[in-house]
Amino acid sequence: MSIKYTDDHEWISVDGDVATVGITDHALEQLGDLVFVEVPEAGRALTKGDEAAVVESVKAASEVYAPVTGEVVEGNSAIADDPAAVSGDPAGNGWFFKIKMSDASELDGLMDEDAYKAHIDA
Amino acid sequence: MRYLPLTDDDRTEMLSAIGAKSADDMYCDVPDNALLKAPIDLPSHTGEMEVEKIISAMAAKNLSPASAPCFLGAGAYRHHIPATVDHLVQRGEFLTAYTPYQPEVSQGTLQYLYEFQTQVAMLSGMDVANASMYDGATACAEAVLMAGRATRRNRAVLAGGLHPHYRKVTETSAHFLDIELVGPDSDPTHAALAASVTDLIDDKTSCVVVQTPDLFGRIIDLKPIAEAAHGVGALLIAVTTEVVSLGLLEAPGNQDADIFVGEGQSLGNALNYGGPYVGLFATRSKLVRQMPGRVAGQTQDVEGERGWVLTLSTREQHIRREKATSNICTNSGLCALAFTIHTSLLGEEGLNRLARINHAKACKLADLLADVNGVQVLNDSFFNEFTVKLSKTATDVVEKLAERGILGGVPVSRLLPDRDDLAHMMLVTATECTTDEDMDALVTALREVLS
Repeated sequence: MSIKYTDDHEWISVDGDVATVGITDHALEQLGDLVFVEVPEAGRALTKGDEAAVVESVKAASEVYAPVTGEVVEGNSAIADDPAAVSGDPAGNGWFFKIKMSDASELDGLMDEDAYKAHIDA
Repeated sequence: MRYLPLTDDDRTEMLSAIGAKSADDMYCDVPDNALLKAPIDLPSHTGEMEVEKIISAMAAKNLSPASAPCFLGAGAYRHHIPATVDHLVQRGEFLTAYTPYQPEVSQGTLQYLYEFQTQVAMLSGMDVANASMYDGATACAEAVLMAGRATRRNRAVLAGGLHPHYRKVTETSAHFLDIELVGPDSDPTHAALAASVTDLIDDKTSCVVVQTPDLFGRIIDLKPIAEAAHGVGALLIAVTTEVVSLGLLEAPGNQDADIFVGEGQSLGNALNYGGPYVGLFATRSKLVRQMPGRVAGQTQDVEGERGWVLTLSTREQHIRREKATSNICTNSGLCALAFTIHTSLLGEEGLNRLARINHAKACKLADLLADVNGVQVLNDSFFNEFTVKLSKTATDVVEKLAERGILGGVPVSRLLPDRDDLAHMMLVTATECTTDEDMDALVTALREVLS
């Protein structure tokens, strides 16, 4: 299973044709404590770049964009009920949504871990 | 500080950026006949005493609801305002910025906004209300936009009984966001009111907007419409232009409405030639992040003392920029304060009594008018306002009543000028201010005018 990263500080973990999407440690550091999370409902069709989820911290509100085109399989209701759960484990239990990809080649343009590290250090 | 206006080059650059030839191009939405072509013809100077005299003479030509028998309504209502209200709104504690930009220094302002929100939520039977909007019509438009965000759909159904001004303001906002508005024509004789809207609801519908009491004064049962809307995942927006009606009628929240909007002028605010007024906006907790407008919240400081803050600001444009829930980040502060003070003075029992008096006066007036030849009362149900059909054109009748010193009602054609079939309809209102003498004067004058 490979993990990819976007410019918008999301991570994508791919298993077959289903991608799990979350936000990175770096994004969380920038946002501060999360007070609200809205995740997409299952069945919603998303095009790459669409607003998929909303995160709100004490400082700011921002969107989580769909890194690939597809249909949402599941939104993580656990973090919608308890936004603080993201902070403890953003790369694990703090995932946002799972999406069934319609075009896996969209992953090609994304960064791997080394490239992402270089991106945030730059 | 010197004020340095724009140079011609600055102007040219900005105009070219938006593709306009001149500043006048930016007024292209204003109908040509509404634009001034030349300066208003006024003397270049006149003394203060002379101006006072001229303006007083002009004002004396008005027939004021304060001195004449007044039966006007249609979205703006004459009610008694206790002297206490005007006295208290002028207290120094409230003389802070009209909307709190550095909110926490204005604890007095935040506290009354919190009380205001609590009152609006209680009146409407909703979980949460905002700190007010410009007026009922903008609140209505904002509610339609909110329903679009919440459902990700872009077709709204507007009931025929929605006030035409509310419809127009909603159209203006919806137009720029590609929201389609559908709905039946306004018809005071329509029997199947609920079906006229529920038939239009489908799985593309974001919301159904229903006013009660509606433009013609009819009380609408919201429950079956709410059920039809919720059946396809649409929201029900309940509208009222006469907030005093909530002292007697079932709250929209108890009839399964998802958003309540209304005009709050009736409580604490005079007619004021049509504004400024105060828009009421309330909704369910689960929709609060989509709600427009400012929200005051109660909190505790480090010492455990009660205090107030502006909360949920991440919905607003100073933080959320173009993703904000609304481009309005202000409220009708002074009008909301007057509303809050008047409602506090009334209390639940007082508001209920006020509403009962309004309804009783309207019932009496309807009975009296029904006995006048050439007058037909159309309503099966009403609160303090109802529609009559006259044997003559309503605008003519209203003019003749005004010549007799009576503000007899609002011709429906004033609001719906294109509808020839409604030319004989007039909206008539009675409030606690309406005396038996006022009613007798109207009945006598109508007998003369209609004979």
